[in-house]
Amino acid sequence: MMRFSGLRVLKEGLTGNKGWTPHWRDPAPKPEYDIVIIGGGGHGLSTAYYLAREHGLTNVAVLEKGYIGGGNVGRNTTIVRANYFLPGNSEFYSHSLKLWENLENDLNYNVMHSQRGLINLFHSDGQRDAFARRGNAMINQGDDAILLDREGVRKHLPYLDFDNTRFPIYGGLLHPRGGTARHDAVAWGYARGADQRGVDLIQNCEVTGIDIENGVVKGVQTTRGAIRAKKVGIVVAGRSGQVAAMAGMRLPIESHVLQAFVTEGIKPVIDHVISFGMGHFYISQSDKGGLVFGGDLDFYASYASRGNLPMTEHVMEAGMTLMPMIGKAKVLRSWGGIMDMTPDGSPIIDKTHVDGLYIDCGWCYGGFKAVPGSGFSFAHLIATDRHHEPASRFRLDRFRTGRGLMDEEGTGSQHNLH
Amino acid sequence: MRITCPICGERDRREFYYQGDAVALRRPEVDDTPEEWDAYLHLRDNPAGVTRDLWYHETGCGAWLVVTRNTVTHEVLGSVLARDAAGGAA
Repeated sequence: MMRFSGLRVLKEGLTGNKGWTPHWRDPAPKPEYDIVIIGGGGHGLSTAYYLAREHGLTNVAVLEKGYIGGGNVGRNTTIVRANYFLPGNSEFYSHSLKLWENLENDLNYNVMHSQRGLINLFHSDGQRDAFARRGNAMINQGDDAILLDREGVRKHLPYLDFDNTRFPIYGGLLHPRGGTARHDAVAWGYARGADQRGVDLIQNCEVTGIDIENGVVKGVQTTRGAIRAKKVGIVVAGRSGQVAAMAGMRLPIESHVLQAFVTEGIKPVIDHVISFGMGHFYISQSDKGGLVFGGDLDFYASYASRGNLPMTEHVMEAGMTLMPMIGKAKVLRSWGGIMDMTPDGSPIIDKTHVDGLYIDCGWCYGGFKAVPGSGFSFAHLIATDRHHEPASRFRLDRFRTGRGLMDEEGTGSQHNLH
Repeated sequence: MRITCPICGERDRREFYYQGDAVALRRPEVDDTPEEWDAYLHLRDNPAGVTRDLWYHETGCGAWLVVTRNTVTHEVLGSVLARDAAGGAA
């Protein structure tokens, strides 16, 4: 097993970098596993990793229809935070952030986790009250939040347009432990960690059917043959509807496109993660120098992985309103990811009506920061058949019963409102 | 994306408000089961391909439309006034 270290980097650098080896195997699928995870994205890989590390379950396969790192885990804007308000979300993201903080040691992999601080700006007295309340909820959860006034924000972000005529800046909620991480490395680190513990990562293997007999899952059909399994976990983000349909399920999910943008690389200028409070715009700067920013959903059902101009224009306008200094930076590219949107905007980690079939979905536009926590909690559910405490409110039936809805935005539990 | 309104013709997507799947045309009765209400309010086929969804021509004529659309290509295949549509999802 190859371990990374400073000494190793030095040695390889002096010897022509000839000693590096592939980070994981490329095995053919075996006819049977104890557990099959459908979906080799961030959440599927972390699930497999924690099944092996926390529960000693290594006769596990992860089935990925494309390649590792090719889905949403490589398309997001890389932000990691724990600034949720509602019980249910609050303890889950708090747990996930703690896993992030030890992730590099745990995985022996540099995921470039950078706790550079996240600032949510507010622009009215009412918004200040709402952020004060959110900050108190974060502190009560044991996480960190500091309410900054206008001058407090100016010390961190002197380049903002504080006196914008329409949206003057009143202050911001600083979450010092928030930040970013290199998303590809998160996928690769979990893939390598799972592989090293014996998990088979099977790429180019699309699941085409789920075998169920008398209400019990028996395995899956794939483009690389049938695979028997005692337990099956579905973790396929935007494709949740199609895979769940193979088990006869309709989900409370509608898939939408969310766009993101990156500029050419420029010198370091934005140290934090910043979100505008009066339009959909948030931004950070990558280690390569590109300004990475995004906004809200396009707001229509889509699997296109690309969006339309109205939201692009909104994001650009909001960015120029908040920080006119970025106006000369050239946008290098834009793209879209497919979000599995639930009616209340919160996720699902639960059993299904089929014995041995579990589902982890509905991460909406917030899946990246949840990668460690989701995998940890989903692995716990699959291994023990009991909900992991921090994720115990992510129930599939909350929409039918109306109990335990987690509408973080307070806009209503309805499909077109999140 | 441009959407054809049967009354106004082809218009920019900005003029329309998206309601969601055309299942919204099949509202259950008050006495129907929680399962039927759950299916109506929450559960979705969520197809990757051709779908029928409900749009409101908000800044145009104010008509509700059922638009047939491809979710993978964003191609708009046709639209009818909701009052003329055969109720229900695709």
